[in-house]
Amino acid sequence: MRRIGTTYSCVLMQNLIALLQHNPLMPRADLARLLALPEAEVNAKIAELENDGVILGYQTVINREKWNPDTVTAVIEVKITPEREGGFDRIASRISKFDEVQSCYLMSGGYDLLVLVEAENLRQVAAFVSEKLSTIESVVSTATRFRLKTYKENGAFHHIETTAERLSVSP
Amino acid sequence: MSIPIADHIRDIPKSGIRDFFEIVQSMQDVISLGIGEPDFVTPWHIREAAIYSLEKGRTGYTSNLGLPRLRRSISDYVAGVTGVRYEPLTEVLVSVGVSEAIDTALRAILNPGDEVLYHEPCYVSYSPSIALAHGVATGIRTHAVDGFKLLPGALDAAVGPKTKALLLNFPTNPTGATLTREEAEALAEVCLRRNLVLLTDEIYSELTYDDRTHFSPLSVPGMKERTIFLNGMSKAYAMTGFRIGYACGPAPLIEAMMKIHQYSILCATTTSQDAAIEALERGDTSVRRMKREYELRRNFITSALNDMGLSCRIPQGAFYAFPDIRSTGLTSTEFSHRLLREESVAVVPGCAFGEGGEGFVRCSFATGLDQIKTAMARMTAFCSRLHSA
Repeated sequence: MRRIGTTYSCVLMQNLIALLQHNPLMPRADLARLLALPEAEVNAKIAELENDGVILGYQTVINREKWNPDTVTAVIEVKITPEREGGFDRIASRISKFDEVQSCYLMSGGYDLLVLVEAENLRQVAAFVSEKLSTIESVVSTATRFRLKTYKENGAFHHIETTAERLSVSP
Repeated sequence: MSIPIADHIRDIPKSGIRDFFEIVQSMQDVISLGIGEPDFVTPWHIREAAIYSLEKGRTGYTSNLGLPRLRRSISDYVAGVTGVRYEPLTEVLVSVGVSEAIDTALRAILNPGDEVLYHEPCYVSYSPSIALAHGVATGIRTHAVDGFKLLPGALDAAVGPKTKALLLNFPTNPTGATLTREEAEALAEVCLRRNLVLLTDEIYSELTYDDRTHFSPLSVPGMKERTIFLNGMSKAYAMTGFRIGYACGPAPLIEAMMKIHQYSILCATTTSQDAAIEALERGDTSVRRMKREYELRRNFITSALNDMGLSCRIPQGAFYAFPDIRSTGLTSTEFSHRLLREESVAVVPGCAFGEGGEGFVRCSFATGLDQIKTAMARMTAFCSRLHSA
């Protein structure tokens, strides 16, 4: 990955990334105004971040109470035996490739991998754990927990925060 | 009979923005760029500290000067920002917002007829506060060409035999003007040479942009003895409703201010003082986050204003753009009233901020980006009608 040069452009990149994380749909002209840059330069910087793999994609945060509320999300704690060559990486990448797996992290503490799984129903999760995950050779044990309700996801709240009234003009 | 009103109160003119405020209040769907407070809610960890304070039953009075721990936090904070260390137990007073600290400080130092200089355009309360303390308020006009900075020559020329003090507010509401180190030093030099007390209201000191750091005239050697340093939690920490400000100064001055404060106020709200401790001790990240957001919005609003033909400097501090509207041929009052009526956007006419504010309007960018965008689109339409007429 290319390093970003001066402190100023570092702050600039931080601002750009924060804006895109908050709203990737913001018009490029607005981004240009906010960052005090020509629009072409904003486009070039975004392209640079995409090419460098800093930006991996743009996603939509869905309110799960309102869209497919029957979808099941499970958090699975997985203990594995690391391999002599490759450590946790090969096995983690193997687990990550399953479509059901939304996220997969190597963790410190009582277990090794934290796997977030999304499926249409409980049975699908059960099938994934018993048939796919547990049968992988180096997997020692799994513990599966289900999501009951979402309050906040990727920084977005799932209920509307009411804001207090402000004066309309004040000195 | 009618109750007679004291002469010096009767003589204070009605606030320039009161009428305007009442019209805005009566209208629906107005986008207001007229609000002089952050649009952010107080950061959660600070609100949570206030809740915890109530849970613990901390609902009694505090010491008149404020909670000792808060005064220590203030002393540490001020030392970090200005390099000047105040003794927490004798040189710091916690007030109900900076407004109370300004009022108390003026009452503590002024004899009737003493003159206080301040720079205009400025926050609306300075001149009335001086008058309430039986002082004579003399504004020194600052100009757009100088970036609305107070020039040392203008200050020097304004000092007369009755001049006792200078009241500064940098970064400035409504102009966003800031002082560089050299400029602050030059003003401090005049204060030293002409033997002026300096009251410096630095409520916007955390909100400076483009990697500029605020430089306080307090930091100039020799100034501590003659300075009343005023600051508070409202703007940087988005805590306007908590009403916590403070004054730092030499112990005899703080003792004199305490006499007024203890009989009129007793102490600042305990819950708010606890929240202020949390803000000062752990609020840095929140301040940085809000400041970053203001800076982006500032870029947006100044670029949009310039594009619509209203010349606007890029403010280096506070959260106000102060565009020049003279190209429209309207006064600031006409501009603001017509913009409100025709496009439902509220900005504050510059004349409300005193001499030198005419010809400008104040647009606060402590307003959500979506609202700023809509407001700018409506103002663009308004201005193109005016410019083509």
